[in-house]
Amino acid sequence: MVLNQFLFLAAALFCIGVYGVLARRNGVLVLMSIELMLNAVNINLVAFGAFRHNVAGQVFALFIIAVAAAEVGVGLAIVLLIYRNRSSIDLDQADLMKG
Amino acid sequence: MAFAALALAMVVAGIQVVTTQNVVRAALYLVIVLAGVAAIYILLAAEFVAIVQVLVYIGAIVVLFLFGIMLTRAPVGRDIGLDNDQRLVGVVVALGLLGLLTWVLADGFGRTKVPAGSILRTAAIGDSILGPYVIPFEVVSVLLLAALVGAVAIARRD
Repeated sequence: MVLNQFLFLAAALFCIGVYGVLARRNGVLVLMSIELMLNAVNINLVAFGAFRHNVAGQVFALFIIAVAAAEVGVGLAIVLLIYRNRSSIDLDQADLMKG
Repeated sequence: MAFAALALAMVVAGIQVVTTQNVVRAALYLVIVLAGVAAIYILLAAEFVAIVQVLVYIGAIVVLFLFGIMLTRAPVGRDIGLDNDQRLVGVVVALGLLGLLTWVLADGFGRTKVPAGSILRTAAIGDSILGPYVIPFEVVSVLLLAALVGAVAIARRD
């Protein structure tokens, strides 16, 4: 297996996630796009772990999965709070901090 | 061959996640991408990470997303207006980034191969987590607790 095939796939998934974060305005969909980007990074870690025959890649992939679970919990709580305060999760309308 | 089929399915499902006009379908397409990532881990002989991926992502995170979709009362049917007016900018940025990454990776790694039979046993991962990486492991457990308490504190009605 060529190392680059995994890296190219991860790059494609990461760019899809970047597009989702930029172009979506539903808060839950933005969080899903962030999950796509985190998964792309995890593919890179595991691929380099196999390439270098080093267990650190898989260990850090596990850590990232745990951090992603924490991130989704807090992120969805924030989205719920925005919904409760403004009856909408349109992120374009959440512009209180815009000058 | 297996990799090409997996990669194609994942990229198509990933594009659907960020372009479909139905929030629930986006979550279900996300399941396809996450299962594909688990299959990629199997291809790389990382079976423990693959099982954790299925348990945590497909089992827990997607369910959390579905809860979030239901609690924010998103329309289950077709919904116009999930995208903002930055789509063109998004496409340009994403394609530019993809081009840059592809060029850098092709230049840097070329046709370097993953050594065949490079199998890391699950026991080695356990030894590593409880050996050299025990401090990050404990920090992650404290982080999970903090995130749990924080999510309850933020989302609580009072």
